[in-house]
Amino acid sequence: MTAVVASPALARPALIAGALAAVLAVALFAGARFGLLLAIGLGFGMVLEGLRFGFAGPWRAMILRREPGGILAQLLAIGLVAVAAFPLIAAHPGEIGGAAAPIGWAMAGGAFVFGAAMQVVLGCGSGTLVNAGSGNPVGLLALPFFAIGSFAGAYHLMWWTGLGALPVLVLEGTGGLMLTLGLLAAVAVVVLALAAPGTRRVPGRLVLAAALVAALAVGNLVVSGQPWGVVYGLGLWAAKGAVALGADLSGSPFWAAPGNAARLQASILTDVTTLTNLGLIGGAFLIASWRGLGQALPKLPLRAWIATAVAGLVLGYSSRLAFGCNVGAFFSGISTGSLHGWVWFAAGFAGSFVGVRLRPALGLEGRA
Amino acid sequence: MTRRTTAPLALALLGLLILFDHATSDLNPYRAPPMLALGSGTAAVGGFCGALPQ
Repeated sequence: MTAVVASPALARPALIAGALAAVLAVALFAGARFGLLLAIGLGFGMVLEGLRFGFAGPWRAMILRREPGGILAQLLAIGLVAVAAFPLIAAHPGEIGGAAAPIGWAMAGGAFVFGAAMQVVLGCGSGTLVNAGSGNPVGLLALPFFAIGSFAGAYHLMWWTGLGALPVLVLEGTGGLMLTLGLLAAVAVVVLALAAPGTRRVPGRLVLAAALVAALAVGNLVVSGQPWGVVYGLGLWAAKGAVALGADLSGSPFWAAPGNAARLQASILTDVTTLTNLGLIGGAFLIASWRGLGQALPKLPLRAWIATAVAGLVLGYSSRLAFGCNVGAFFSGISTGSLHGWVWFAAGFAGSFVGVRLRPALGLEGRA
Repeated sequence: MTRRTTAPLALALLGLLILFDHATSDLNPYRAPPMLALGSGTAAVGGFCGALPQ
């Protein structure tokens, strides 16, 4: 692999051929839908890494420097998805579903903790995958702990949800779409009002990225029938590992439920979020390799690596309690009308204020 | 050390995950759902982080 990367003229066709071969193999051996989902995931990874579209970084930029460009791009992408998703869900009930989940104490608390942890490692759900694929060692270390945390959070999910939750509240139809777009616009106005002078613009690359991410998210919805998500797949990987090590998951209301028990038996190459997760990592790898992988790894103190592992665990666990991460709850929740997405946004952003202050204390500011 | 070590390591770990999974479960493209959920007439049944267990 090193020899290939060292020669860009050889590397680029090889990278594209490798990605296409992976998509073709999955389509051939698992099914066309699953090959398409891997391709969509590769697209997500390429756009997020290639155009530097993210979630944790822009929130940090807004909190520390009052730069609104990244958040505005997120709001644009969410609005674009909503314009397509609301009518799709209304016209095709059953075939197409949204990211509907209940608002509750554990949900809001989980989002707050997730917001803090994602600022510690500067990687959210999608960001951790992209960082790992691009060779960022912090992302690479956080990823397996994220998976373990997601598995454990799902194991305990029903206990946490039992602490108190509202019924699932979803905005629907044209009225729901108009309200969602209005709320997104209102948040954009607030963000612009708080922005530092001279920063009130969205870079062209982020506008392009927002449009591409939105197109891919709608593609995910049309192909799989469900919105873009991340954490379910990660928890499934760890759950399969636990079963292989002899764990009995029959005591977990979550993992023993028929749908989840069936997915534990099935190949991960037929799991929707696994395929887009694999694609995210692969797409980020492709772009990072295309650019060159000569960047030196950061020299971080031991406490920073320990903090990364702990933050990974916390990211996984809290995202399950919150019914999703920045992707499944914030991005997909809001864009498909679930009110828990808005609560996630508020709680996650509040948690990010804590996270940006924790990060230097944990020795992670020295990253290269 | 550079990212020439860690980026391929990420892919290698994914490869191991897929190999491990393949050893414990089967793939059958003839049981696969239609290519697109939209218009398929079948309910979406994939796992999702927002879904409570049924």
